Amino acid sequence: MNTLLIAEHNNQNLSESTVKSATAAAQMGGELHVLVAGAGCAGVADEAAKLDGVAKVLLADDAQYEKHLAEPMSALVVGLADGYATIATPASTNGKNFMPRIAALLDCSQISDVTAVLDANTFERPIYAGNAIQTVRVSEAKKAVTIRPTAFAAAALTGSAGVDAIGASDNPGVSEFVSEELTKSDRPELTGAKVVVSGGRGMQSGENFPMLEKIADKLGAAVGASRAAVDAGFVPNDYQVGQTGKVVAPELYIAVGISGAIQHLAGMKDSKVIVAINKDEEAPIFQVADYGLVADLFTAVPELEEELGKVGL
Amino acid sequence: MKILVPVKRVVDYNVKIRVKPDQTGVDLANVKMSMNPFCEIAIEEAVRLQEAGTATEVVVVSVGPTQAQETIRTALAMGADRGILVQTDDEMEPLGLAKILKGVVEEEKPDMVILGKQAIDGDNNQTGQMLAALLGWSQGTFASEISLDGDSLNVTREIDGGLQTIKLAMPAIVTADLRLNEPRYASLPNIMKAKKKPIDEKTVADYSADAAPRLEIVKVTEPPVREAGIVVESVNELVDKLKNEAGVI
Ligand SMILES: Cc1cc2nc3c(=O)[nH]c(=O)nc-3n(C[C@H](O)[C@H](O)[C@H](O)COP(=O)(O)OP(=O)(O)OC[C@H]3O[C@@H](n4cnc5c(N)ncnc54)[C@H](O)[C@@H]3O)c2cc1C
Repeated sequence: MNTLLIAEHNNQNLSESTVKSATAAAQMGGELHVLVAGAGCAGVADEAAKLDGVAKVLLADDAQYEKHLAEPMSALVVGLADGYATIATPASTNGKNFMPRIAALLDCSQISDVTAVLDANTFERPIYAGNAIQTVRVSEAKKAVTIRPTAFAAAALTGSAGVDAIGASDNPGVSEFVSEELTKSDRPELTGAKVVVSGGRGMQSGENFPMLEKIADKLGAAVGASRAAVDAGFVPNDYQVGQTGKVVAPELYIAVGISGAIQHLAGMKDSKVIVAINKDEEAPIFQVADYGLVADLFTAVPELEEELGKVGL
Repeated sequence: MKILVPVKRVVDYNVKIRVKPDQTGVDLANVKMSMNPFCEIAIEEAVRLQEAGTATEVVVVSVGPTQAQETIRTALAMGADRGILVQTDDEMEPLGLAKILKGVVEEEKPDMVILGKQAIDGDNNQTGQMLAALLGWSQGTFASEISLDGDSLNVTREIDGGLQTIKLAMPAIVTADLRLNEPRYASLPNIMKAKKKPIDEKTVADYSADAAPRLEIVKVTEPPVREAGIVVESVNELVDKLKNEAGVI
């Protein structure tokens, strides 16, 4: 029995999270098919066809799928579900929204946020904000899975699968897109960035974030934040790193004025190298930091910018 | 309009949990338990809709052990009108729970169900969406703002790229994100008043729902621990280490 991976994309580009999730989905048994549902998204299907390990791409190109609303997406996927033992998707806000709806319509369980595939039916996933790892086995004929992309390497782009256009299904017609307010940034996307610089409540206001942005620009980094910084309105909601925000695992994570609450650690403790800048030497963030600097951020961050300049960055 | 709010009793968010040595789960003995923080936000939203005159009744339901009564009382003290405890000592999976909640919805006939987007123990983020599927209702997940607009509901959602607003046909399921509101603390008089509010006691058998667990928990283990790092004395030393020791810049 095969695996269907539902691609995450913006109708123009396949997301990096899908490229990583393909590595996980390829271990879930049978042939791997990718569903690209969207509007004007044929180019995305061509990209998906290059994912290593993919046998076939299904393209559902229809206006109702443009924003991946849960109701039309689940109607489409339920209609395709025969022949698949596993239906998977990245654990993005889109996947988290539509996947449980698909699972319930198919009367099957969902395993959320999978970080390791032990075999086609056995998975690891974090629970309690990552303070415990659960190994869970499913013996049902069908299952839904959301994949935590940061736990997997990107699939190679050496494949050449065929693309089959498929028809749209009836739109349940109970939901409609009104508008969106997307955060604009020329920096890399938070969950895929190699370096992340995050600020917390210690930053004191949104006006101080450009200090971090300068560091980020020198390092080619994305800018993130703690919940406290988002709640206080320093930065938009999509900056939030943590248990209930985004999960990141960059090569380098720099936490500035962040105390290191378990909910924040849940979103960044798998980073390769962690740097903490905090004036309180007791702050829990230092327990996970590879390099800790006990200092006032308002002197340390400008100094960091200068020192990075000295080494040619 | 009637609103139903399901709530869950979970380990308090401040507790650092411990995995049991036999790897069968997390040690919950003598651990502080509280209402799941996202459920508090859901209750708060329902109570505000009632205070604004939009909602006429707020019913709170919990599926869980007898002690979940306390969680329901907390919701009643925040302003909900009455409670339902579906008593069970079994660990519920999201799909089974959604099936029981479907039974409660069929009995109570609310116009809207507001839930937390996830419980901070299992971190599943599934129940609201599953309930919407089973009822055939629309869903507005990860809500940071909701507003009624005639027969429909506008929901602004926290999404990966920012914010998205959708329009839903009613009845609808809403799941609350962190910034939907800031939940109130119940006042002492309201805590006293809540003691007199009714809580109906039910069992899983009262709802013809197949809620038996389907997943096998093979084991629960500690996450890998990070090796202790070092404290650097200066920014200069930090940059040197990042460049020459860690090789990440
Ligand atoms: C249900 C729930 C979900 C949550 N989800 C998340 C989540 O996803 N992500 C998340 O981050 N949090 C989350 N939280 C919140 C979390 O518990 C913490 O409250 C939050 O992470 C704290 O943010 P902070 O570290 O910026 O603020 P604080 O804890 O207030 O820490 C500020 C730090 O800045 C330092 N500081 C202050 N001034 C300076 C200065 N001048 N120089 C240097 N250092 C300074 C202080 O020493 C302190 O350590 C959640 C909480 C709940 C209840």
